[in-house]
Amino acid sequence: MLYREAGQFHTSYTSDRQLFPLKQDRIGMVIMLLVAFVAIPLLSSDYWLSAILIPWLILALVALGQNILMGYAGQLSLGSAGFMAAGAFACYNLILRVPDIPFLLAVLLSGLIAACIGILFGLPSLRIRGLYLAVATLASQFFIVWALDKFGWFKNYDPAGVISAQQIVMFGHTFASPAEKYLVVLSIVAVLTLLAKNMARGSTGRAWRAVRDMDVAAEVMGLSLLRTKLQAFAISSFYCGVGGALFAFAYLQTVEPSAFNIELSFRILFMVIIGGIGTILGSFLGAGFILLMPVFLNILFHAVAGHAVDATILSALEQIIFGALIIIFLIVEPLGLARIWQLAKERLRLWPFPH
Amino acid sequence: MNVQFFIEVLVGGLLSGVMYALVALGFVLIYKASGVFNFAQGAMVFFAVLSFVGFMELGLPFWAALPVTVVLMVATGMLTERFVLRPLVSQSEDTLLMATIGLAFVIEGMAQLVWGVDVRRLDLGIRDEPIGWFMDSTGILVSQLDITAGVVAGLMVAILALIFSRTKVGRGLRAVADDHAAALSVGIPLKHIWGLVWATAGIVALVAGMLWGARSGVQFALIGIALKALPVLIIGGFTSVPGVIVAGLIVGAAEKLTEVYFGPMVGGGIEGWLPYVLAVFFLLIRPEGLFGEKIIRRV
Repeated sequence: MLYREAGQFHTSYTSDRQLFPLKQDRIGMVIMLLVAFVAIPLLSSDYWLSAILIPWLILALVALGQNILMGYAGQLSLGSAGFMAAGAFACYNLILRVPDIPFLLAVLLSGLIAACIGILFGLPSLRIRGLYLAVATLASQFFIVWALDKFGWFKNYDPAGVISAQQIVMFGHTFASPAEKYLVVLSIVAVLTLLAKNMARGSTGRAWRAVRDMDVAAEVMGLSLLRTKLQAFAISSFYCGVGGALFAFAYLQTVEPSAFNIELSFRILFMVIIGGIGTILGSFLGAGFILLMPVFLNILFHAVAGHAVDATILSALEQIIFGALIIIFLIVEPLGLARIWQLAKERLRLWPFPH
Repeated sequence: MNVQFFIEVLVGGLLSGVMYALVALGFVLIYKASGVFNFAQGAMVFFAVLSFVGFMELGLPFWAALPVTVVLMVATGMLTERFVLRPLVSQSEDTLLMATIGLAFVIEGMAQLVWGVDVRRLDLGIRDEPIGWFMDSTGILVSQLDITAGVVAGLMVAILALIFSRTKVGRGLRAVADDHAAALSVGIPLKHIWGLVWATAGIVALVAGMLWGARSGVQFALIGIALKALPVLIIGGFTSVPGVIVAGLIVGAAEKLTEVYFGPMVGGGIEGWLPYVLAVFFLLIRPEGLFGEKIIRRV
């Protein structure tokens, strides 16, 4: 009733292929962006902004990168945290060593650096597939983190082996408060998400999906596997790199290379699985789910046990629940939360008069 | 270059390679039998040996703790088959891999929840110090534990290779790995076979875990060591039991030699990533691993 396409006719190919063909979607998008850009910074507490919303947006961006590679192009990768690390340390060094570099340019360049590394580690994908590739991507994870750890230059020879991200300065203004940082992150994430949505529906995305479904067939049809696969690796690593830079600059502030360990890669993988493989929305839903889950569990156990639960028990339980959820999602709803949302929308077309 | 020193390092590397091969064996077993790349094998190794030590701490003697742990691992294998694999029959390899990553999280969490996070010692009664007379005569450090690991690994490889190539069960297993649905349709009892295989993998995990535990203590880091079995696995080829041993030796030797000869130039720690990079290079030359079967893909 409220959500249906009746009466909306598309008279040209362009209007049929637009990003949000439904009027309701367009209105919903505008409202969401207004809420995100205006209402949330005004109304949210600093805790919510800096502990939940900023990491949520950043991790969603990284999950989006992982999703491009895994969900769209079908190349299973277990090394996304390595590319985040590359982006974070590239951004730190760019701002440290290049005088007067604008922050946005530094973020962009660090994304590009991560993309170059991504192409390098994506090269094996031309020869190997599936499980072999998944193990090969572990090389990027371990090598990048090791290199950042071992060579002091990357960390400006900090004795403790950590970097302290510089202030975010743009247009002569320092973005220091949580609300300001949130807006910076939100703007970057919004632009990149729009870009991803555009790529996914266009010829780029079609090529990725063709390679995912059957690479031999795609090649026979004239797609260049070299180009398509490396493009997916580059773009995915670009997103991870930008995400990593924001992770360091807008969220953590002080970072050591080992923060980007394999656990983080797995968490990003889980976000994609739970959120929905091969959907943009899924990356956001999955990131939110994985991020809020521990918070929620903590509150739940607190309420059940009546007192704070021992941290080791809590982390063990958390791990079990994460693992179990992955298995359950793979069995019950392999397309994740995004699919559930889509089903809900189907229902909404008829609601409240289904007959 | 000092030849004596080179041989010492080489032997040390080969011996640690045997240990990797032991862990990798569990992976191959499951892959060959079900086409599942079991990421949880490392967690199973950890869980098995932690439970073993835990039972001993509860007062069980060695020979009582062993069967109890075996039963536990068999039960774990059966439960995995029932609740993880059976609902996912004939899904893609990637899906199954991701499911086992989830499984790894569950098992690790369980292990921590039940037994805690302390590092424990495991004493098998096998000494892990250089054998005196051998060191005196050749200058090479080899311990009883090294020899035991070598013998055990050799035995297990021989037995498994025989089972896979010579018995009816082995033939069934290979059929299942090839194509779940086709194997089911010719009447291979998938349920039993998978239960059996996962139980066996649990026992292999226990053996590997006990040897690793005796060497480096029973601790969480064992899972990281198990991750190193992955490059061993892809160098050897997923489907080859003897390949595992060869690849294990290659990885072990390469890792130790580069660490000793090139490590000081870059500040050490090469061991952490070298196996993976090595694996990538091997794959670039032989995408199916050294001993893997060549898979021809058609549209």
